[in-house]
Amino acid sequence: MIRGRVWKFGDDISTDHIAPGRYFHLRTNLPELAKHVLEDAREDFPKLVKPGDIIVAGRNFGLGSSREHAPRIIKLAGVSAVVAKSFARIFYRNAINIGLPLVETDAVDRISEGDVVEIDLESGRLKNLTTGEKYTFAPLPPFMMEVLKLGGIKEYIRKYGDYRI
Amino acid sequence: MGLTLAEKVISEHIGREVKPGDIVVVPVDLAFVQDGTGPLTVEEFKDMDFKSLKAPKAVLFIDHASPSPRKELSNAQKVLREFAEEYHAILSDVGQGICHQIVAERYARPGDIIVGADSHTCTAGALGAFATGMGSTDLALAFGTGKVWLKVPSTVRFELEGNLHKGVTAKDVILKIIGDIGADGATYQAMEFDGEFVRQLSVESRLTISNMAVEAGAKTGIMPSDEKVKAYLDLYGRGSDFTEILPDKDAEYERIIKIDVSTIEPLVSLPHTVDNVRPVAEVKGLKIDQVFIGTCTNGRLEDLRLAASILKGKKKADHVRLIIQPASIDVYFKALKEGLMEIFLEAGAVVLPPGCGPCVGIHQGIPADGEKVLSTQNRNFKGRAGNPFAEIFLASPATAAASAVTGFLTDPREFL
Ligand code: SF4
Repeated sequence: MIRGRVWKFGDDISTDHIAPGRYFHLRTNLPELAKHVLEDAREDFPKLVKPGDIIVAGRNFGLGSSREHAPRIIKLAGVSAVVAKSFARIFYRNAINIGLPLVETDAVDRISEGDVVEIDLESGRLKNLTTGEKYTFAPLPPFMMEVLKLGGIKEYIRKYGDYRI
Repeated sequence: MGLTLAEKVISEHIGREVKPGDIVVVPVDLAFVQDGTGPLTVEEFKDMDFKSLKAPKAVLFIDHASPSPRKELSNAQKVLREFAEEYHAILSDVGQGICHQIVAERYARPGDIIVGADSHTCTAGALGAFATGMGSTDLALAFGTGKVWLKVPSTVRFELEGNLHKGVTAKDVILKIIGDIGADGATYQAMEFDGEFVRQLSVESRLTISNMAVEAGAKTGIMPSDEKVKAYLDLYGRGSDFTEILPDKDAEYERIIKIDVSTIEPLVSLPHTVDNVRPVAEVKGLKIDQVFIGTCTNGRLEDLRLAASILKGKKKADHVRLIIQPASIDVYFKALKEGLMEIFLEAGAVVLPPGCGPCVGIHQGIPADGEKVLSTQNRNFKGRAGNPFAEIFLASPATAAASAVTGFLTDPREFL
């Protein structure tokens, strides 16, 4: 069960918003890069975000480059999950691969900044504890769920020695 | 039931027919990283204790910050060079060019599965490969196991017919498509481009179209491989890499979209999303501070020829900085021999060595606050060029060259 306070973002948050290209030289220093997470979407976010917080965004979150640094610094900043109406494909894949939980749902419109939400990934349930409203979403396919539960694709391969599909 | 191009390539690799939604593990033919994503791949490869490379071809490209503008990047690039030496991977070092261009020239084969730690890996789809961008960890695993997991995408087929008007290019065609379907119009899906128009199009132009499939959210932007692809491979001494790959006639598509390209006019994508597309004619007259012609989208010989045809005997406007960057050393050499470089220099351009340059906002042309950049690149996200207070407009090399001359966003048809 994941529970956290919500930060709201709009549609089309790109990997350039999340991990701006001008910090290219910090890509080998993720803790430093994380100090700039999402600052081009919201300048004060890196200072305000607290461990356990949840990002709730609109359509096509994470569009753009393949930089895995984007989900990594979101995770490093302590964010426990990203909920969005939809995700860009490479971001989605990278997030699962590094163990950052994602939820795809239109319930986003019913969630406001500062609300506290609770997510059960396995059963596909999301509850807005602030408003009391409950929603369901399609859980991940079993393979991806297992990758996420183990903490990422590296841990998966370490455990099984190979893919088990 | 027949197979789409993407389904066919995946099926052939695993020896059974796949359908959209299947999660499969596939062997890769080519795996590559660049200097932005590669250092993390190397770190994860070592963390996994892989002893050798299992991918049949593994390439490390130094193209994004090339040559390095600062010590942190120099150190990161050194890691890539050392890795290439230790594990006998191919290194494409400073000056060779942009990964996607070199992949097209030297490595990609029709029917290949290609994974790259760069989102525009889909470019190689123009040669009939299933080519898709992934993250650094995926590439570490592709290097170390020779395999990746994939969810088989459903396919949207684009049937392109008709002929382009003068001054309109493949770039305008893909901008039109993205403008129509939106930046998430093909998310998780394969885009398949075919039709009479595609078949008569040069491979260089096809690469421009496949390159931007990811800007509609697609996993890959694949095209059939035909005689033109064969001729392209021949040009690079790789004729024997050719195989014909065509979609089945009875393949099942998620959607089929027909476009008559003769209805397309020169287009521009306004800040800050690629799908914010308008006819140049509607927004012409905007004052431009910097024009950039290059990148994996439009830095090929054909693009430079087109720009040169407009710039020949003319000068750029005084207030504009005109930056031109060939996509690869091969393109550079050919442009030089044809006399294009003279035209550019006489027009007042700065010519950069092959690489990504101003596209990604690291060096070689970062705009000032409030400035407008007109670029032939594929992305105009806020901050993309290195300054979140600048604006990026995307257009064809023809529109870019015409606008460099006038200093204002200009419809290239006025010059033809
Ligand atoms: S030219 Fe631009 S889009 Fe292409 S690989 Fe380089 S940085 Fe990426």
